[in-house]
Amino acid sequence: MGAGHGHQLHFHGHSRIHRFPAHLKVLLLLGFMLVVVATPRDLYAAFAGYLVALLAVVAASRVPPTYLLKRMVVELPFVFFAVLLPFVATGPRTEVLGLSVSEHGLQAGIALLVKATLGVLASLTLAATTEPQDLLLGLERLRLPQQLVQIMAFMVRYLDVVTGEMQRMKVARESRGFTARNPAHWPVLAKSAGALFIRSYERGERVHLAMLSRGYTGRMPR
Amino acid sequence: MSTPVLDVRGLAYAYPDGHQALYGVDLHVHRGERVALLGPNGAGKTTLVLHLNGILAAGAGSVAVSGLPVTKDNLREIRRRVGIVFQDPDDQLFMGTVRQDVAFGPANLGIKGAELDRRVLAALDLVGMADFVDRPPHHLSFGQRRRVAVATVLVMEPEILVLDEPSSNLDPASRRELADILRSLDVTVLMVTHDLPYALELCPRSVVLSDGVVVADGATYDLLTDDDLMRAHRLELPFGFDPRTVG
Repeated sequence: MGAGHGHQLHFHGHSRIHRFPAHLKVLLLLGFMLVVVATPRDLYAAFAGYLVALLAVVAASRVPPTYLLKRMVVELPFVFFAVLLPFVATGPRTEVLGLSVSEHGLQAGIALLVKATLGVLASLTLAATTEPQDLLLGLERLRLPQQLVQIMAFMVRYLDVVTGEMQRMKVARESRGFTARNPAHWPVLAKSAGALFIRSYERGERVHLAMLSRGYTGRMPR
Repeated sequence: MSTPVLDVRGLAYAYPDGHQALYGVDLHVHRGERVALLGPNGAGKTTLVLHLNGILAAGAGSVAVSGLPVTKDNLREIRRRVGIVFQDPDDQLFMGTVRQDVAFGPANLGIKGAELDRRVLAALDLVGMADFVDRPPHHLSFGQRRRVAVATVLVMEPEILVLDEPSSNLDPASRRELADILRSLDVTVLMVTHDLPYALELCPRSVVLSDGVVVADGATYDLLTDDDLMRAHRLELPFGFDPRTVG
């Protein structure tokens, strides 16, 4: 068992960005996102400015750019949608690389891509420089309702347990000669997901019993 | 005779779906005893355990802990007096660090600050896990998590420690380490187990629960060497183990 390693998105470090108070980081991220989303989509200079600012933060955090780049695959569905937009949107047409595409669609696609990339990169930077524990404390300091913070804390705690269980179920399926290759196999996956849900639900009940046994009355002790 | 730490009288319970799990159980455990609760799967062992701290409420009969009856009004004190270590440590350890997890119980009782810190470290010391106080529990080995789970209960300074299958899923070295820890503790123990050699090693006395009633109560050695009793209640010793050669 490894020593004190954090979550998969977290990159251990001691930079100024790492030490910056978590609740301020959350507020900054939120503010940054609002500004990015509210910027008119043809102000390319502004977006370039945001990107430079963000890259400066990444550089100061000393998180390797490749580390963040690899985790940006989460953006792929947006990329797919952004690439599709110029082809499916209607209105005046224009030529790009010999293809006829919708002008509106092209602009909307580029804007979506730019804004999503900035958002994902900013969020990943927050996750890479903040321990999940500190993030939760930060949210608490921002007066997020106790119940929500508790739910998130349990999610952080049990994410590994549930993904471990999911992995073991997958291995057990494959050991009996099953690999999902086409939609005909989806019912099996759906049943596995159902079983996983029930197991997690029952674990939730057992955790609750264990908490009651140690005097839990509905509020986390401080 | 002194007040027993655990006093269960005529306890009966049926689950809401109508399944009757306990039919009048009587059980007394006195201070300082280590008692094994044996019985086949489905005998009602876990149901009985959940009555001891009032998670389940008795259908008939009563449970008292050091003279205090298990009722709704006493739940807080009852749950301090009865420490249950559940079978899966992942159910019991749910906070971000070992320290927070061990502090959870006493903090619920209103203990804070330096006193809380002192008790957390003392409890972890008893199970040899004090060096891991700031680690996240899910990064510990299974045996270490089981020991931390024991600490989360010891920290409440319970009058009786109830362990559900303490040796399950442990490798032999972890199993022995836990036995050493349990022997070193100055606390009354009720241990639910299928691990009969473990029961013989740790508990001078055993109680056999079968089909919701206590069918035997006596010296562990005597019960394990009573072949008719063992056969009648689906209890089997592991291959090659003979209590007569170790007892």
